Amino acid sequence: MKLTFIAHDGTETVVEARPGDTVMSTALAHDVGGILGECGGSMMCATCHCHVDPDWTAATGARMDGEDDMLDCAASEVTQTSRLSCQIRLTEAMDGLVIRLPEAQV
Amino acid sequence: MQATLELIEGHRVLDPHPAIPVWDVDPYDEAVLHDPYPFWKALRDRGELVWIPRYGAFMVGRHEVTKEVFSDHDRFVSSRGVGLNDFKLETPWRAPSIILEADPPEHTKTRKVMSRALSPKVVKGMMDMFRAAAGEIVAPLAAKGGIEAVTELAEAFPTTVFPRAVGMTDANPRHLVDYGAIVFNAVGPDNALRRAAMARAPEVAAWITAACARDRLTGDGLGALVYAAADAGEITHEEAAMLVRSFLSAGVDTTVTGIGSALWCFSQFPAEWEKLRADPSLARPAFEEVLRFTSPVHTFARTAGCDTEIAGFPVPEGAKILCALGAANMDPDRWGDPEAFRIDRRPVGHLAFGAGIHGCVGQNIARGELEAVLGALAPRVARIEPAGPAIWRPNNAIHALDRLPLRLIPS
Repeated sequence: MKLTFIAHDGTETVVEARPGDTVMSTALAHDVGGILGECGGSMMCATCHCHVDPDWTAATGARMDGEDDMLDCAASEVTQTSRLSCQIRLTEAMDGLVIRLPEAQV
Repeated sequence: MQATLELIEGHRVLDPHPAIPVWDVDPYDEAVLHDPYPFWKALRDRGELVWIPRYGAFMVGRHEVTKEVFSDHDRFVSSRGVGLNDFKLETPWRAPSIILEADPPEHTKTRKVMSRALSPKVVKGMMDMFRAAAGEIVAPLAAKGGIEAVTELAEAFPTTVFPRAVGMTDANPRHLVDYGAIVFNAVGPDNALRRAAMARAPEVAAWITAACARDRLTGDGLGALVYAAADAGEITHEEAAMLVRSFLSAGVDTTVTGIGSALWCFSQFPAEWEKLRADPSLARPAFEEVLRFTSPVHTFARTAGCDTEIAGFPVPEGAKILCALGAANMDPDRWGDPEAFRIDRRPVGHLAFGAGIHGCVGQNIARGELEAVLGALAPRVARIEPAGPAIWRPNNAIHALDRLPLRLIPS
C-alpha cells in the first residue's frame, strides 16, 4: 500500500507502507523528515504530530483516548484534522492515505 | 503442555515445547548483572525465544520479538507482575502498582492522569528550575576536577530537583534513591539482591507512603496535579496516593542511573563529548543513544494472558517471559553497529523506556533532566576522563553504576 507525506513546504514523498504499522513508524522507516517520534509511540510526546488530509479523516477514525491531552503540547498549530501519527495504525482501507506535516515538532 | 500446582519463583511450572532452545543459565547471576553485554549477545544468538529452566521462564532478547512481547498488552499482561512472581498466584510484597502492574481498562484511567501530569508542557515549565539546579551542582564540580560522579552528580541532581518537582515537603535523598532500587530488585528471583531489598523494604516503604500523603505535598507540584484528578472524580484519593508513590519508585533511581551512564559513555567516547560541545542541540539525541547503549532498565517480564505463540512456538497462558531490553538495544539486526556510541544516531525504537501503553510515563522529565545536566556540563567541561575503574552495581532490573571516579577538565 502507498502512503503520501506532504511536508510543510509542499514537498511530496510517496512511500510503500505495510498494514499494521503506524504512520509514525512508516515515516521513520523511510527517513521522512518532519516526524520525530521521540517517545517511540507511547503517546508521551507530541513530536509525531500530523494533519490527516480531509479526504482521509473518515478512514483514519477518531483520536484515541488521551490523544487530545498530548496534542495540546504540540509545537505547531493543532487543527480538527490533527493526529499523533503514532496512533494511526494502517489498514488496507488506508491505501493511498495522504498525511500533511506541520512546520515544527519541537 | 500441562500445569501443576507447583510454583517456581511464584509462578506456575510449565513444560516448554521441545523445539524451543533451552539455556541452563542464571540471567540474574551477579557476574552477569555486573557485565551483561556478553550474556545479551549469547541470548540473541540462542534464538528468538529461549527457555530458562532455572526460573521456569521464557526469555527474549532480539529486538523485534522483544518489542512484540513487551508492547502487546492484549496477549502479554502486566497485571500479573512485571517480575517472576505471578500476582494471580502469590501475594506481591506491596500492593500492586495501579499503573505499572495493571492492564486496560483500569490502566487507561490511571495512565491518562499520569501522562497529563508528566506531559511535555508540564516539563517545559520545570526546565528553568532544572537548569538552575544543574548549574549550581555542576559549577563547583567542574572547578574541583576529581569527582565520584555517582554520588556527587548522578544522585545529587535528581534528589535535588525531583522532590521539588513532585512538591514533596519531606526529602530523604537516601530513601528516595533506595526505594527505586528496592522496587526494581523485587522483580527478580528470590536471590541475595532481592532478599536484601526485602529486608530494607519495610522501613523505606513506610517513609515513602507517609511522604506521598496529600498534606505532605505542596499545592503546585506534580503530586498536586494527581490529587486534583482525584478531586475531579477521575480517580479516587487512595489511587492518587498510589500514583504519587509511582513517581517516587520510578522517577529517582532511574534518572540517577541515566545521568551516571551518560557520564560514563562520554568518559569512554571523548570524541562524542567534543561533538556535543560543538553542537549543544545534540543533548537530547545524545541521551537517547545513552539509553540505547546502557539500558538503565535491563529486564522486565510480562505474563502470557492467554495461550499464544511467540516466534512460532506455542506459549501457554501463565508463562512468564523475561524481556531483556538491554539485549534488544544492542541487537545488530536492528542497529547495524550497536557497539558504536554515536550521539547523532537518533535511535528511535530503542526499548530503554519500553514501548506501547506501558512506555515510561516519566520519559519527558527524564529527557528534561538530562538536557539540563548535559547543558550545564557542555560549556564548563572540556573533557570527561576516567579517574579509576567504573564499578557497576548489580540489580535485578536496573543496569546502574555503583562508583564512577572521573576527572572533569574545565574548559
